[in-house]
Amino acid sequence: MNGVHDMGGMQDMGPIQKEKNEPVFHHPWEGRVFAMYRATGAWRKWNIDAARYARELIPPADYLRMSYYEKWYEGLVSLLTERSLVTRAEVDSGRPAHGSSKLTPPLTPKELLDSVAKGAPAKRDVPVPARFQRGQSIRARNINPVGHTRLPRYARGKVGTIDRDYGVFVFPDSNALFLGENPQHVYSVRFSARELWGEQAKPQDTVYLSMWDDYLEPA
Amino acid sequence: MKTTRRDFLTTAATAAGAAATGNLAHAQDHESGHSHAHQVVPSDPALRVKSLESLLVEKGLVDRAALDALIDTYEHKVGPRNGAQVVARAWADPAYKQRLLMDADKAIAELGYGGMQGEHMVVVENTPTVHNMVVCTLCSCYPWPVLGLPPVWYKSAPYRSRSVIDPRGVLREFGTEISEDVEVRVWDSTAEVRYLVLPERPSGAEGLTEDALAALVTRDSMIGVARVLPRREGGAA
Repeated sequence: MNGVHDMGGMQDMGPIQKEKNEPVFHHPWEGRVFAMYRATGAWRKWNIDAARYARELIPPADYLRMSYYEKWYEGLVSLLTERSLVTRAEVDSGRPAHGSSKLTPPLTPKELLDSVAKGAPAKRDVPVPARFQRGQSIRARNINPVGHTRLPRYARGKVGTIDRDYGVFVFPDSNALFLGENPQHVYSVRFSARELWGEQAKPQDTVYLSMWDDYLEPA
Repeated sequence: MKTTRRDFLTTAATAAGAAATGNLAHAQDHESGHSHAHQVVPSDPALRVKSLESLLVEKGLVDRAALDALIDTYEHKVGPRNGAQVVARAWADPAYKQRLLMDADKAIAELGYGGMQGEHMVVVENTPTVHNMVVCTLCSCYPWPVLGLPPVWYKSAPYRSRSVIDPRGVLREFGTEISEDVEVRVWDSTAEVRYLVLPERPSGAEGLTEDALAALVTRDSMIGVARVLPRREGGAA
């Protein structure tokens, strides 16, 4: 989706506001949102790509206005309701609907910490052939899907070079929509800054993107 | 409490107005690098989040103690000191550095770090001819096990938008000037690979212990927006 989340290359967003001795969470509720998102993810009703897509679907003006964890709250409520863990009425009331079923038990503290320590690898050990080789010239496809994609607008149609093959990974465009993992190779692709931005960029500068096979065509 | 998504958004708009007022009031603070404008948030999100938590607890979906434990982990146990240990080891031990650059996951695991949002790590080395910096233009991807959760500026529109089109301008905002004969290499974290910058070891740091080296390494240097200075201000190194 050509949404406002796809920010690479936009200008005039203002100065970068650094904060000295920044706390991990600025308010207790931010930590609660973060933790609830991780803990409810354990029910496996969605995946990381669907979670990113849920945040991308926040209306653009709101996306720009909301703080980071306000967006996470919005995304979490979308996931919880759309994947039927809770209803919208329950979110509104803060109480389980009368007679509603419970999915219990939740993860214990140890189980939750173990799951975070273990991580959730997106790499898949499946024999998928690589379509491109190191050193090969590629062009990022000019695609404009209305769903989720990790191919930023600023790279579409641009020519780069395969620098490295990272292996086979879950494909977010299909996974976010629960259409399957469609595992395929991800490459580190080098673009010259001039190819992306024209003469105003320094000729020596580069931008590297991680790109799935389906985003690329031979150049 | 009957609330709708639209109510929440309206409230958010009010919050933004309050934040904007805060911006003006604290303009002086901004200039001295002490921005707190985004802390001007009304109690409303807190109430909504509390309400959601009660619901999830009552439905058996989450355990409050588990939430507490996770928050404690990211507030106190996982953070940039982990990454600093990795960098210091790489500076002190050339064989470790080779392993780190070849297979970052394994080398970082040697120091006991790994897990969520650090499953597929790549370490990129700054040299006299290449300066690396990391961004996520599409969201907020960041190597949690070695750097902790990202600072607000890393997740913000100004950094996400400009890092790829004007990296040298962004670096200048961090006080980092990169000379013309150096390649600025920006890593946009568009997939599940997470990047850690291995900064250049500062001159004058010879003979320091690994712990003393680690004390020099800042979070920003491992994102690639700053250099490691020989001595931190007021530090004993």
